[in-house]
Amino acid sequence: MEEESEKNPETDVAPALISVHPTHKFVSVAIGSDLRVFNLQESCVVTLTDVSGGHKDSIRAIRYSANGQLFVSAGDDKLVKIWATDSWRCIYSVVSEKRVSAVGISNDGMFVCFADKFGVVYVVDIEDHDVEDRVPVNKKAVPILSHYCSIITRLEFSLDGRFIITADRDFKIRVTVFPKNPVNGAHEIQSFCLGHTEFVSCLAFVGCQDYPRGLLVSGSGDSTVRLWDHTSGSLLDTYNCGAQAELLHSNGKEEEILHAVTDLCTTPDGSLVAVAIQSLPGVMLLRCNLSTRTLSFAKVISIAGETFIPTSIGAASSAPVLWMVMGASILHISDSVSLARVRAISGFTTSTSESFDHETSVLEDEEIPGGESLLQTLQGKLSVGKEAFSTAAEAVKTAMRNLLIKKQYSVERREFRKRGRNDMKIKK
Amino acid sequence: METIHCDETISRRRCPRTVDHIHHRRKMLEHEANANSTHSKTTGLPRKRFYRARAHSNPLSDSHFPVPISPSQVDYSVHYPQLFPSPDKFDGSKRIEFADVGCGFGGLLISLSTMFPETLMIGMELRDKVTEYVKERVVALRSSNPGQYENVSVVRTNSMKYIPNYFEKEQLTKMFFLFPDPHFKEKNHRRRVINLHLLDEYAYVLREGGIIYTITDVEELGVWIKSCLEGHPLFEAVTKEELEADAVVKLLSSATEEGQKVARNGGQTFQAVYRRIAPCVSNCEKH
Repeated sequence: MEEESEKNPETDVAPALISVHPTHKFVSVAIGSDLRVFNLQESCVVTLTDVSGGHKDSIRAIRYSANGQLFVSAGDDKLVKIWATDSWRCIYSVVSEKRVSAVGISNDGMFVCFADKFGVVYVVDIEDHDVEDRVPVNKKAVPILSHYCSIITRLEFSLDGRFIITADRDFKIRVTVFPKNPVNGAHEIQSFCLGHTEFVSCLAFVGCQDYPRGLLVSGSGDSTVRLWDHTSGSLLDTYNCGAQAELLHSNGKEEEILHAVTDLCTTPDGSLVAVAIQSLPGVMLLRCNLSTRTLSFAKVISIAGETFIPTSIGAASSAPVLWMVMGASILHISDSVSLARVRAISGFTTSTSESFDHETSVLEDEEIPGGESLLQTLQGKLSVGKEAFSTAAEAVKTAMRNLLIKKQYSVERREFRKRGRNDMKIKK
Repeated sequence: METIHCDETISRRRCPRTVDHIHHRRKMLEHEANANSTHSKTTGLPRKRFYRARAHSNPLSDSHFPVPISPSQVDYSVHYPQLFPSPDKFDGSKRIEFADVGCGFGGLLISLSTMFPETLMIGMELRDKVTEYVKERVVALRSSNPGQYENVSVVRTNSMKYIPNYFEKEQLTKMFFLFPDPHFKEKNHRRRVINLHLLDEYAYVLREGGIIYTITDVEELGVWIKSCLEGHPLFEAVTKEELEADAVVKLLSSATEEGQKVARNGGQTFQAVYRRIAPCVSNCEKH
């Protein structure tokens, strides 16, 4: 009985990921082991150079550095690849002991951190990277902190760079002081942000010039988005997306799981938070008020014509476009390339302007920056069949549930499994 | 977590047969008198043989017991009903200060309870039956000694995973790790309750000057614990003079069932007592 769930291939389904260069120069999509990059500035495909042959298993995390010079990808093949975005060459390849579940880059671009499925966070010092080397350098990673045997779902640096924030499937968010020399470990815990009642799936920061320290927002399997003061660990506000998502498509079907929040993306002025929710076709926008420290509902942008449920969202700080991708690494439809669907929303800048309600709109394929050639690159092909959507949505949902939600066994089943235990025999 | 069965029935197997016989007869008599009662008629205390448990429990497995979402959700009225009669009365003025991690059958807590009658303390134990035993033991002690033992309680939890769910930052003044599971195999070292990364969490819940007490009868583990504490920037060893002046140190080897057994067999013990210090390194960096 146990074995069947253990070997279930659906746990290995990885959602498609999207990441946008901070100055809107590149858009990257990862699906399965495939990494696709499109140059928005020159409107052309980017060819990646990696003599070691790229990723060999599903990519689970991708990210650009704050200055845009680096790009990191990592995943189930236990490799962390660090790319220089000027040449798109893999400059470092770091071997992890376990599968990698999250990556982060320190704000100064000197350290790459990654977390594995057993809750250990490692740091790699990349300060001295030599651009001239043709071959990717193998670097050794050093463990700096650990969530005790819990899958770390997201890793983020605070806006001021003082803290490294890690979220796990055991409902925890840990805020740790990121030392000057992290190679010796990050031992000083600043706070724990506790309040979620399911796995924490995503983290993001909201901040602006008047509030440079920023506040932390988190999304979770309990279908809430929460706002935190990460320095004290205190919960400032909770917004329950489940209620809103239910209103939108109450098809009468009782879902066994909540509408898990899968991804978050914030605007540079911190006034808007885009929320991707499992089973919500489209994206929800929340207003964030930094002075009253509250979250409130702004609107839902639904996507007409197709059931597009984003698996990952992203935006650049310099362009008002919210990028979204939907896809899954292994689909039962036998296609030579893994398919993903990319959409974009314009007007993702601020909630303060009066015309906000009219500004945001879903871009049609021909209006999207980069146009057809971008879609061709990032999606794998121009048009993606309808059946691919439902399969992808279902596969991602199952994978997420299997990975992050604790298995519940009935009392009878647990008692049955304990039947041979000596300490249980005395009852009879 | 106890390392060896502290079960009376098991240790008695080693006794000569005659003694065993006498024990057996006495037990029979006792049994008749008590007729299925899990508590001794004479002392009112729970009897261990009704709380037999396995010696080990896997700290890595998923937990299926309730865990408070955050320290503010810990219901003090359940643990200390005399001091906090209703859940709403709790104002946070008095909080738990001592934690005995892997408290086992609770010997240390019982001794500490009378030594520090004004301090709230809690035992944390992963094995449900052992936790049940300690719960009953505290209830029995409270009823036979009115006014005493009101400051001690126990909770079933996996302290390696959920310490931050029970205690705020800098809440504790003392933490105890007595005779933890040694986990000899190298692949199981990460199950040890003291390791470099978990010390971060213990340092988080301990206030500056707070003390972590550890003792083991396994030399290999003693060396491991010492090296972890020694290598951690937020802990420093307590000096010999201070150790001698500290009454709690004497309890480490004498108060617990496990400690008494080691003493009975003339075994060696290895202590490590460290103090939580201010994070000097990062402060220096900032200035």
